[in-house]
Amino acid sequence: MIEVRNLVKNFGWKRVLRGLDFRVGRGESVAILGLNGTGKTTFLRILATLSRPSGGSVSMAGQAIPSQSIQVRRRIGVVLHQPLLYGDLTAEENLRYYARMYDVQSGKTRIDEVLDLVGLEMQRRELVRKYSRGMQQRLAIGRALLHTPDVLLFDEPYTGLDTDAVIMLDAVLKDAVSQGRTLVMASHDLPHAAGLVSRIDILSKGRIADSISCSEMPVGEMVLRYKAVTHG
Amino acid sequence: MAEDRSPTVLRIDGGREAGIRRYFRAISAIVWKDLAAELRSRELMSAMLVFALLVILIFNFALELSVRSVETVTSGVLWVTFVFAGTLGLGRSMAIEKDRGCLDGLLLVPVDRSALYFGKLLGNLIFMLVVEAIVLPLYSLLFSVNLFDPRLLLVILLGSVGYSAVGTLLASMAVQTRTRDMLLPILLFPIVLPVVVAAVKASNAIQQSLEMATIWPWLNLLIAFDVIFVAAAFMLFDFVVEE
Repeated sequence: MIEVRNLVKNFGWKRVLRGLDFRVGRGESVAILGLNGTGKTTFLRILATLSRPSGGSVSMAGQAIPSQSIQVRRRIGVVLHQPLLYGDLTAEENLRYYARMYDVQSGKTRIDEVLDLVGLEMQRRELVRKYSRGMQQRLAIGRALLHTPDVLLFDEPYTGLDTDAVIMLDAVLKDAVSQGRTLVMASHDLPHAAGLVSRIDILSKGRIADSISCSEMPVGEMVLRYKAVTHG
Repeated sequence: MAEDRSPTVLRIDGGREAGIRRYFRAISAIVWKDLAAELRSRELMSAMLVFALLVILIFNFALELSVRSVETVTSGVLWVTFVFAGTLGLGRSMAIEKDRGCLDGLLLVPVDRSALYFGKLLGNLIFMLVVEAIVLPLYSLLFSVNLFDPRLLLVILLGSVGYSAVGTLLASMAVQTRTRDMLLPILLFPIVLPVVVAAVKASNAIQQSLEMATIWPWLNLLIAFDVIFVAAAFMLFDFVVEE
């Protein structure tokens, strides 16, 4: 589904990604972990077509990034650090806007479904700028799912969520993967990520330094291995 | 991949007609969003309007104009007012996109990025025209000039299109920098100068009731710059917003 070979990303003189190789199949779920500043967000932004690779090749379902970015964007649902929502619009208006932008058929029904899914149906007519951080994150997740994308690219999606919302997001992501969607998620919470995804990739020094199958190793051992890779 | 079970599943398939429909739908969605947000906050329009009115009042008190000089000076004052107020609006319009990462949200949409440009351009143009429509009667009153000549309204429309076309492009560029408030006028004013000069000259000629033969060259110049600026922005926007 996603194939990355020898990916390089430079910001000026600084090389953030140094020949990164990554592969994830259809319906697979992968969490990318690494220390702050190792390039997790940069990598996800490249997959999301928001940042141009400096070298190497990136493709999604056989479509190359950046040359076939429009086709790739149709397939992806993205959650970034910021919610990508307009504060002066209500939750419903924000979703209506994105539904039109993504040309979602039966937009109104889909908006109702999404608001129900993220637990914001009661606050649908409130302005987003009056939302708490957690509520904005819930709506950002709803925005990313609105056009039923094949691939979910979530950058630390649990930030700011309360316990209820964490349970909601866990269920949403598990359901999405069970439906055959592909999930790539950046995270700092290894134990939580291990319970959610099938594989954990550790990003260190601009490369995927280690890859762990979650079904083959207990969480405690994964944590030790993570520490050995990132601090070794 | 397993089939989606959602009853309202979306599949955006190709096809030329569908592509064109999506393109114009995206443009209209951006314009709708800008207008809806502005109607609620009135942040951008009120700032532009107050600024424009202040500029007019300052000029009115600063310049003691004779009847003859009014005809030659007011057009310049009028366009300076529009340009300053317009710059304020352009900067704010793109800053709203930058807040909460909305610009990324725009860039993630699966349409050609020129649609995003045209959506923002139309929104900015509407804001500018509304401010101009409010400013013109006051201007006419303060400077005792007839500004409701259809030819003058055409010049104002053409000038505003050119200004918004290049302004939207440069505001998209400036908003990605830390010094966006300073950078926008520094980049914009030199580039938009031909439009402003042509608009002032054409407005002047109309105010002085000169023949159309005198006015046409300036109108043609305005039309030419509008076409050039829109075409250039159409081609460059993707590179400008690229990280």
